[in-house]
Amino acid sequence: METAIAVLLDGLTFSSYLFIVSLGLTIIFGVMKVLNLAHGGFYAWGAYSAAFLIGRAANAGWPDWSGFVIIFASALAVGIVMGLVIELGILRFLHDREEALVVLATFGILLMLEDGIMAVFGTDPFFAHQPMSALGHVDIGGIARDVYGLTMIALAFAVAVLAWLAFKRTRYGKLLSAVIYDREIALAFGIDVRRLFVLTFVAGAALGALGGAYVAPTTSVVPGLGMEVIVVSFAVVVIGGMGSIPGALVGALIVGLVRALAVHKFPELELFVIYAVMALVLIFRKEGLFAPAKPRRI
Amino acid sequence: MAHRDHTLRWLALASFLLVVIACFVPGWLLNQMLFASARGLAVLGLLVLWRAGLVSLGGALFFGLGAYSVALLQRMAGITDALLLLALAAGISGLSGFVLGFLLRRYRGIFFAMMNLAFSMILYGAAVKNRALGSTDGFGVAQPSFFGITFAEPADAKLALFAVLVVAGYAVMCCVHWYWKSTLGWLGAAVRDNEIRVEYLGYSVERVIHVKYTLSAVLGGLGGAFLAMGLGQVDPDSMINWVASGEMLFVMILSGSASVAAPFVGSFLFELLRTYALEVAPLAWQFIIGATLVLLILFAPNGVWSIFARLFGRAAAR
Repeated sequence: METAIAVLLDGLTFSSYLFIVSLGLTIIFGVMKVLNLAHGGFYAWGAYSAAFLIGRAANAGWPDWSGFVIIFASALAVGIVMGLVIELGILRFLHDREEALVVLATFGILLMLEDGIMAVFGTDPFFAHQPMSALGHVDIGGIARDVYGLTMIALAFAVAVLAWLAFKRTRYGKLLSAVIYDREIALAFGIDVRRLFVLTFVAGAALGALGGAYVAPTTSVVPGLGMEVIVVSFAVVVIGGMGSIPGALVGALIVGLVRALAVHKFPELELFVIYAVMALVLIFRKEGLFAPAKPRRI
Repeated sequence: MAHRDHTLRWLALASFLLVVIACFVPGWLLNQMLFASARGLAVLGLLVLWRAGLVSLGGALFFGLGAYSVALLQRMAGITDALLLLALAAGISGLSGFVLGFLLRRYRGIFFAMMNLAFSMILYGAAVKNRALGSTDGFGVAQPSFFGITFAEPADAKLALFAVLVVAGYAVMCCVHWYWKSTLGWLGAAVRDNEIRVEYLGYSVERVIHVKYTLSAVLGGLGGAFLAMGLGQVDPDSMINWVASGEMLFVMILSGSASVAAPFVGSFLFELLRTYALEVAPLAWQFIIGATLVLLILFAPNGVWSIFARLFGRAAAR
């Protein structure tokens, strides 16, 4: 029973940040049809800038809860700066190129972002536990859990609801839905697709950075962490169906819970099992669980 | 016939010269040439797929499979002969490619890339979590023998291995060149353009892709096997992880798809670029590689040769 609760809570925590990161990835793909490998770089930059600033704030004697403000502010800043620079500076010129080439270009950007981190922040690991220790622990079913991990679940829930509201209830959301459905028709109706691309990319980048920034207090922030997270988020997005928001949610839950189960029960299968699930899903649903129907091109 | 294809003759000459040059170059350069040609084989395999418009984000799957086959066959079965090891490694990864091909041939575009990524990460996970396979450190590969001869000097063994690699590389280039000229090879471009029309013409798109996939698996395995022996070591991070697949795709873009020899030249350029970038800026070499990749895609999406071709083309037009 205790293991079951531990698996469930660990899985949900893991799913939560995966969902936040993958949501960014999936809306960028849905709207722009760009499979954005550089997303791992946004995640890493978010984690680093949050950890760095939280450390600075702690040294300056700021209260521990200021960490939460820093997390959201740095995620937004990373999203806006990197999103704008990369969209306007590079991706803008690649919109009409082959899908595969654009993927490779984002791979190049990922490599640049990874080394950019080392140039700016150095190679030493960062620790930013302050927000986590500010919240303390609670006792759930006989196991002590940190409250911070639970707030991550709440954050993911809030992000999911906000994303749903933004898509269903706002003007921009409706415009985006139109572009996701058919870019050319949207263009013909006079929707400024280019501006929406920029908006989407910045929002997606901010979500990637938010995932990283929120995870930063729970772990040591080390080089190479973007490279790991991006493949797992791929698995999430592919399982759910590329470009689908409910898909990202379901995919994150599946991957998070399966991995938590593997970690607790069969640690040697930890990496293996995520991709095995991804392959299995693709075998039975060729384009993921919630993939939108597509017309055949003749 | 007014126009005759001299490609293979030129390649034979170049291969011969390469072996002669290899006898005189210093050890580090020979190593670079060895690693570059081994990777070049795998990149040629990716190029075969790319011609049909397919990009694999798991090229390292077969590369790693070939490398680990050599290492394991040597350790478990005690096989030391280089040629036998190479043949077995190529056979194992070719067979895996053939079996996986039944599944993979149904996928296109991003899903093809992702499916390959999934399988390569499964292999990566298995290698990393398995103590017997040396976890993240991998394990060593002993110096192989050639036709029963075991060289006393490691440098001689390297040279012999390079000679075998050049001969194998030449044979592979001939096969792929011949394949590209055949109907089956031309169908690759047709599949890339419009699958449904290919089906209307009476060819099976899935079968075309299956053949290409198996071929690329054999080439990947062969490349990995050569690298394992050349390096004297196998490890999951540089051979199976998805970043290794990404690097192979980078070399493919760098080379362009103009010729069967392009992947080898591109691979050598990449090896040099990496060595110099590491030397000049040890903490920013990935940045340099990444920036090169972005610039290439922005300005020369058909490989470095397209820049020369464009320059010469312009000069001729004047």
